[in-house]
Amino acid sequence: MSSATQNPLRVVLYEGPGGKALESQRKVDVLAKLLKGGYQVTCTGESGDVSAPDGSDVLVLGEAEGQDSPFSQSTSTGVVSEGEEVEVHFKDISGQEPETVLETVSEVGTQTESYTPGEWKPWFPVIDFHRCTNCMQCLSFCLFDVYGVDAESNIQVKNPDKCKTNCPACSRVCPDVAILFPKYGSGPINGDVVNQEDVNREKMKVDISALLGGNIYDLLRDRHEKAASRFSKERDEGKALKERIRCLKKLQGDSGIPEEVLMSLPSMDEIQTKAKQAKEAADAALKAREERKNEG
Amino acid sequence: MTQPRILYCHCAYAQVVHPQVKADVLAGLVESEKAFEAVGDLCEMSARKDPALQRLVSGDQPLKIAACFPRAVKWLFDAAEAKLPEGQVEILNMREDAAEEIVPKLISDELNPQVFESDEDSNSETESKEAEV
Repeated sequence: MSSATQNPLRVVLYEGPGGKALESQRKVDVLAKLLKGGYQVTCTGESGDVSAPDGSDVLVLGEAEGQDSPFSQSTSTGVVSEGEEVEVHFKDISGQEPETVLETVSEVGTQTESYTPGEWKPWFPVIDFHRCTNCMQCLSFCLFDVYGVDAESNIQVKNPDKCKTNCPACSRVCPDVAILFPKYGSGPINGDVVNQEDVNREKMKVDISALLGGNIYDLLRDRHEKAASRFSKERDEGKALKERIRCLKKLQGDSGIPEEVLMSLPSMDEIQTKAKQAKEAADAALKAREERKNEG
Repeated sequence: MTQPRILYCHCAYAQVVHPQVKADVLAGLVESEKAFEAVGDLCEMSARKDPALQRLVSGDQPLKIAACFPRAVKWLFDAAEAKLPEGQVEILNMREDAAEEIVPKLISDELNPQVFESDEDSNSETESKEAEV
């Protein structure tokens, strides 16, 4: 994912004065192409009105009509929005196929150094703060630094792009069903309403230790040690790999963690270091919250 | 009455919304000839804290959103520091409902505000949960 400070290009599909109203099917096709490409598009309708600039550069697309068309002016001009200069580009897309329109938008995006959408599948946890109790189990559990805390020691999703695609494991660890993955297949993890039946079925109220008959990292370590002992005698790397896969399959079945995520886990030593760091971060956050509560 | 603004999410990077529902809702919006905002993927915008989300929730106009589960949409905006204004938002769920149900509600000037657990209730609930711990 590119920098969060890099703004995307805002596309305006203009049908106001000086621009033709696009034929319905053409408009749908152009829109669908741009949206599939990840762009955001403001459709003005016949009024031609658009909401205020938001800091992003703007590309106005439309089919020119008459001599006073906005598309007859130069392709770029500068306006000031809250002290910030925003570039506005105009492109007449008359007769262009949707694919060509997408190319035009992409070119202007490159030219303006705007954020390029579609480089990252947006898979990351979203916290339902109506349910979250800041127990820090997610912070303690995640090995990939996705979670952190804000200045008030409240849990936050700090690094969404570090989340492992299709892995919903932290949501299963959460005892309060407070972690969503909007692109997950089923509820309540996908954001569907949470009811008691869901809680029981998803075993959400059970922590990972109960799910796996022991701490997940302890389990991994134990397996590793047993395997290491056996394999040091056998010196059979193939068997070691099979053992790791067997262990990971067990975890996969119990927690819903995709195989590719498990297979990409760091070495056992790194896992233990990461787990220790995550636990320390969670403990520190809980302690800070406790102190804040006592002071208040 | 102030006309609601309309926001449509295309959920571009996942197959969780049926393509036909997305296509029919988009076609319905275009047919309505109303102005609207369309975004490629709200999740991606939320992850990047896209300033457009703040633009979309600013102002006094009510907002109608065609996307996915209301709970997901609410917290996606929240994560982007663009809180949805309570009582001013209606969220239509393209994962669950048919386009025939969604489009008339989306283009109607009448707003049926989404009912969320209020922040006030949430705070007191959080405090009581913490007390239990």
